[in-house]
Amino acid sequence: MASIFEGVGRRTLAELDYVGSLNIQLWSTLRAMKSALPLVGNRYRWKATVRQMLQIGYDALPMVSLMAICTGFILAMQGASELRRFGALHYVIDLVAVGFTRELGPLLTAIAVSGRSGSAFAAEIGTMKVTEELDSLRVMALEPVEFVLAPKYLAALISVPCLTIISNTFGIVAGGLFMFFSTRLAPLLYFRYVLESIALRDVITGLIKSVAFATIIAHVGCLEGFRVRGGPDSVGRSTTSAVVKSTFLVIVADAVFTAIFYFTVRP
Amino acid sequence: MPIISIRDLVVEYNGHRVLDGLNLDVEPGETMVLLGGSGSGKSTLLRQIIGLERPKSGTVTVKGIDMNRCSPAELKRLRHSIGVAFQSAALFNSLSVEDNVALPLREHTRLAPSIIDLMVWMKLAVVGLADFGKLLPQELSGGMKKRGAVARALALDPEILVLDEPSAGLDPIVAAELDELILLLKQAFQMTVIVVTHEMPSAFRIADRIAMLHKGTFSSVGTKDEIRASQDPRVRHFLDRIPEELANATAVAAHFEKYLQTPEITQ
Repeated sequence: MASIFEGVGRRTLAELDYVGSLNIQLWSTLRAMKSALPLVGNRYRWKATVRQMLQIGYDALPMVSLMAICTGFILAMQGASELRRFGALHYVIDLVAVGFTRELGPLLTAIAVSGRSGSAFAAEIGTMKVTEELDSLRVMALEPVEFVLAPKYLAALISVPCLTIISNTFGIVAGGLFMFFSTRLAPLLYFRYVLESIALRDVITGLIKSVAFATIIAHVGCLEGFRVRGGPDSVGRSTTSAVVKSTFLVIVADAVFTAIFYFTVRP
Repeated sequence: MPIISIRDLVVEYNGHRVLDGLNLDVEPGETMVLLGGSGSGKSTLLRQIIGLERPKSGTVTVKGIDMNRCSPAELKRLRHSIGVAFQSAALFNSLSVEDNVALPLREHTRLAPSIIDLMVWMKLAVVGLADFGKLLPQELSGGMKKRGAVARALALDPEILVLDEPSAGLDPIVAAELDELILLLKQAFQMTVIVVTHEMPSAFRIADRIAMLHKGTFSSVGTKDEIRASQDPRVRHFLDRIPEELANATAVAAHFEKYLQTPEITQ
């Protein structure tokens, strides 16, 4: 019995340690972010940020677009199959437009970025740790948080909302294609209905979520890299752990934000 | 006044004592070799000297400043005067060799890019890599990587040069070349050099004094001749290559005898 309590206690302390480390890392990064900004910061850091933006955003564009198109089709088809029975096929437009801007666009993007970039952050930083590159930064009086993490975080903060907007667009376009082929609804008319059904707050709440998701992905990925102990096998474990934890936390954060917006932001 | 002073240094990992009350002074301009077998605590001591880890108790003073009690600004200044080349070289794989050497200059000086390029070329020329600056670290041989790491350690013209196992994993010719390079650097730049190694020929070639570590304590500290003449059994075991714990053949034979009598073997 005592060992069960011991185990629960140890696990709780480990989780608290993890959350504490995430908070400390987030705070340190926010303080170091100035160095990664253009004009006011260090130009080498800004160059690194632009490189990261290309990796997180531009390289993920085909994958995110394809995921959004497929999901837009799926959502439209599933919605149509039920709504047709009630003669409410036109509500498919609302379903796709509102569903994507508020929910699916940010979530799909976050899952794609988590799988691609969250794991890459953990692997890169973990490898730097194993090969003593992080130590060599410290002995050169360079802080790894400023040198490695700040450009990644800033790049994620810019790229993930941009990808989310693109994902929203492709998802809605896919819904439009479905409506065109199933009901011969003219594309221009479809987009007029889309603009009528979504409000600015839907876009804004979606973008707020995407900023939160970017924070989770960047920080969980980097923390997993910084926590690597031992040899190359632990880099592999940290990579897996980064994807699993960041995806889980993104979904939890999504539920929390959705609840907050549901109870506070009234149409 | 010693440039590095270690007093009653105790380091523990998870309750296991790795360094046990070490005392050592390193004078300006001398080459101190930390010699010892695997697991003797050499690398741990080196990490204390360069301020990468905090001790359980005791002090490490560099240029009169306690590494573990100074302000972050003082530590940063101190680190500018210490150049470190790690055992794995720890060159940044994403940067070319010349960018690796240029990194501390770009980060910590306001020199014009043309001056930085000139300085980088000079540092690479000193270590014999002037023609290899454009290559990535993974395109270099083991010995060249180590020389590249030395060039980066020299970038800010440090007063103290710290080398962790510079000849480990290298063939005798390349190891001898590195020894000559260390002697040349000391002669040319009058710097204090600390070398961690377990290679005796290398240690006796480059050292002014040798500190021999054995299970976390200094078994002997002295000049090359004093170490050679030492009658301390721990020093003699190391110098005469006498293993401390040989496998007990009788005990092994008895173990196998017992195993052969077990029911699953006899049946």
